[in-house]
Amino acid sequence: MTAAQLLPVLVAGPLLGAAVLVATGRWLPRYVADVFGAVVAGAASALALGVLVATAHRPAAVEWVGGWRPRHGTGVGIVLVGDGIGLGLAAVVSVLVVTVLVYSWRFFDDPPPHQAGAFPALILAFQAAMCGFTLTGDLFNAFVFFELMGVVAYALTGYRVDEARAVQGALTFGFLNSLGGYSLLLGVGLLYAHTGELGLAQLGAHLDAAPDGSGTLVKAAFVLVATGFLVKAAAVPFHFWLPDAHTVAPTPVCMLLSGAMVQLGVYGVARLYWTVFAGSGALPEAAVHRALLALGVLTAVTGALLCWLQRHVKRLLAFSTIAHTGLFLVTLAVLTPEAVAGTALYVLGHAGIKAALFACAGILVDRFGNVDEQELHGRGVRLRPVGVLFTVGGLALAGLPPFGTGLGKALSEEAAGGWLTVLFVAVSAATGGAVLRVAGGVFFGLGSPPAEEDRPHAAGRHRAGGEEQHEDAETTGADEPEETRERVTRAPDTMVVAAAALLAAGLAVGCVPPLWSAVSRAADSFTDHSGYAMAVLYSTGQHLTHSPAPHWSPAGVTLGLLSTVLAACGAWAALRTVPSGVRPRWSLPLRRLHSGHVGDYVACVVAGLTLLAALVW
Amino acid sequence: MSILPYLVAGWLFLAGCYGLATSRNLIHAVGSLAVCQASTYVLLLAVGYRRGGTAPVFSDIRPGSRPVVDPVVQALTLTDVVVGATLTALLLALVVQVSKRHGTVDPDELRELRG
Repeated sequence: MTAAQLLPVLVAGPLLGAAVLVATGRWLPRYVADVFGAVVAGAASALALGVLVATAHRPAAVEWVGGWRPRHGTGVGIVLVGDGIGLGLAAVVSVLVVTVLVYSWRFFDDPPPHQAGAFPALILAFQAAMCGFTLTGDLFNAFVFFELMGVVAYALTGYRVDEARAVQGALTFGFLNSLGGYSLLLGVGLLYAHTGELGLAQLGAHLDAAPDGSGTLVKAAFVLVATGFLVKAAAVPFHFWLPDAHTVAPTPVCMLLSGAMVQLGVYGVARLYWTVFAGSGALPEAAVHRALLALGVLTAVTGALLCWLQRHVKRLLAFSTIAHTGLFLVTLAVLTPEAVAGTALYVLGHAGIKAALFACAGILVDRFGNVDEQELHGRGVRLRPVGVLFTVGGLALAGLPPFGTGLGKALSEEAAGGWLTVLFVAVSAATGGAVLRVAGGVFFGLGSPPAEEDRPHAAGRHRAGGEEQHEDAETTGADEPEETRERVTRAPDTMVVAAAALLAAGLAVGCVPPLWSAVSRAADSFTDHSGYAMAVLYSTGQHLTHSPAPHWSPAGVTLGLLSTVLAACGAWAALRTVPSGVRPRWSLPLRRLHSGHVGDYVACVVAGLTLLAALVW
Repeated sequence: MSILPYLVAGWLFLAGCYGLATSRNLIHAVGSLAVCQASTYVLLLAVGYRRGGTAPVFSDIRPGSRPVVDPVVQALTLTDVVVGATLTALLLALVVQVSKRHGTVDPDELRELRG
């Protein structure tokens, strides 16, 4: 059995595991279901890592499912491509899923009766969809996995169906992502009409052969498909589903959404560009650069501002994910192998750190039934180990060397260069600073506690009348449903260990030079347009000139330290000077834009589609 | 090949978006999303249409004897229908829960998640 033949197992294995859990979950005791889920996910991650290591120095593993190989460069078979970046992302997803399953052992104390298998089954289906999305070499299958990923994620977000806010957040998530999915499918339809192909490699080859025909159609197709992926990536103005979903979803689900799924949207855009459009004259490189850069800057700035303004800890972390997505897009806009390597390392480090931060926030939900920064002020003092982990996560998010996020940030700055360095430092400092502010206030009791009259009354807040809420648009973190039956007296070991392991993984990304050179090699072949087509259609490798392996540069270390210091100063200043709960008036229009209304959000998505089209033309 | 089906597809997508943006009832919004999806059916089938073509079933016609429409887009449309059915079912289930928990299905009254 070759490595290529194992690729379908990465998708089918977890899917089969999910089916078994759904079929037998009714009779299984809870721990059997949980252990089974973790074993299946663990086996899949071992397999993904094994294939990744085995094919590290060889051309991408390509599997035509059912032996439907292309003839003379065309064909309708289903193809899975395990190149460095795709397979690497599948491995990251699988490892994260294992951690999440371990974390959630102590998270839900009482699953609904006779449904012990429901949660692990959904998580496994989610894993299968994400792995499928990273491995597929076919645009229509990418749409199918995109939708599968979406549907499972809506169900997971609304997992606590008897909770009012959860179903509302899941519904918003569902509407926006499905709309993105249909935009993606319209684009796929246009590309098929133009070329008669669905495979990424065949599409690319076809567009190369007729470089100047039907520029408008090709551009329209790119805009529609990219919109679909950008909705998933939560780029502003397509991002409105993300904060709502993260506010209401169970914390383990947030870890997967923020750690992996959102980044797959960014991956989708990059994969689409390099395999399909990079060689065609119809879509100039400058246009793609302009579009990604503009959306990236908008996303990074909006995300960082709103992150700083939040008091609901999970929502704060959600906006920090949006800010970092913006940074990923800004880096990718450079369209070089170095930029892809930098983004890949940044995504790797971010996955570990962000999941760890959510894990810590989940412990707060567990312990206090509340994730409101102000109400929890000083109450987390007894959870010192969690506080330390949360603080370290905040420092890492700000780009502290030698964390993976710091390395990714340094390489991205190097690739993007110029005034964008300021953006990287400012956005990292703002998101890291917001996390440090929460850590200082909640876990170490720094700063002044909120005045008694400012303290929102937990029960009455949401029903306190529309007028007041319209005046001050915000989501408080009070009234979180308890996710464990009895509030635990100290943080459960599995949860703390999972958070610590994720942080350690984020640290390892910045400390292991062999990983950097592997990522660099993967980025070289990822950006090789014709090499991908050769590997997929003719199973031939292409000799590449490898770019030098990335490493820490003195400038990168200095800027990383600078943004960390800025973050710490910002957090300190916020804790010292700003009276709690008072937020600047200038931020009101921005906050009001997040109105919680599905219709407004759909209008923003359509506006974003128009904006993207204007940028590409 | 007429351009009309493509215009219809575009119009359906925009009409669905308009319905979603102005909806006063979540069930209506789910319906509007289905209208958006209908645009993808129209587009895909229009792409595969051949003038004078028949169904791509070769039990009673000789291959090559007369034009047939493109079977690939029909397979895509069928997959798309399955995706849409799953999605509509899930969204409607969520709407039922929203109605139970909030006592309303008017998006204007569901504004807890903001800012």
